[in-house]
Amino acid sequence: MTVLLVALGAAFGAPARYLVDRAVGPRRFPYGTMIVNVAGSFVLGWAATALDTKSGAYALVGTGFCGALTTYSTFGYETVRLAESGEHGKALLNVIVSIALGSAGAYLGFLAA
Amino acid sequence: MNPGTRMLARTCGVVAIGGVAGALARYGLGVLIPTRPDAFPWTTFAINVLGCLALGALVPLVGTHAVLRPLLGTGVLGGFTTFSTYMVDIQRLVRHGEPELAAAYLAGTAILALSAAYLGGFLMRRLR
Repeated sequence: MTVLLVALGAAFGAPARYLVDRAVGPRRFPYGTMIVNVAGSFVLGWAATALDTKSGAYALVGTGFCGALTTYSTFGYETVRLAESGEHGKALLNVIVSIALGSAGAYLGFLAA
Repeated sequence: MNPGTRMLARTCGVVAIGGVAGALARYGLGVLIPTRPDAFPWTTFAINVLGCLALGALVPLVGTHAVLRPLLGTGVLGGFTTFSTYMVDIQRLVRHGEPELAAAYLAGTAILALSAAYLGGFLMRRLR
């Protein structure tokens, strides 16, 4: 049952990330990934506090949806791509701002629970 | 449905299928190799570093292929790796009185995952 709830959450989380990135459009800075990572950190901060992490609700919202909505691989790839195209400042900014806003999001989620 | 909408719906379906596969792999690893809430999250650490290595290697292989890129890149590897768990685990470690471990995890993941993303692309471009 838990497996199905993780799958269901991910079936919404991954396309939601794709649609947000597509709506933001091609930019010189990876805002789309940053938006989903910060939003997902907020929701997971809430879910990890408000829900029992062994529950089906957490499997759906936390492990499935937030896990698939947010991504480290695209964050890493986009950062490396910025650095390789000579945009070292933007690459560093992407790492610092993603972690700072993601942490703030997770903390706000914790407070909201 | 106009062709653009149909194409978008199809890509979303492909991303969803890949995302489910990636998320289940991440969930399965978490069940097989659980980590205590006050310990270094090795499983998520390994998932994020491996996922970055794989995406770095995948992009030179598939480029902007209409199915393989959304299926394997956006879907599988996007669903496999997670930024939200990384953020929440760092705060959990701080709340468990392990700020040094939290800082080591924060910096360790960022440095190794970004290096892996670079290395994956570098090695794949050399091999091809």
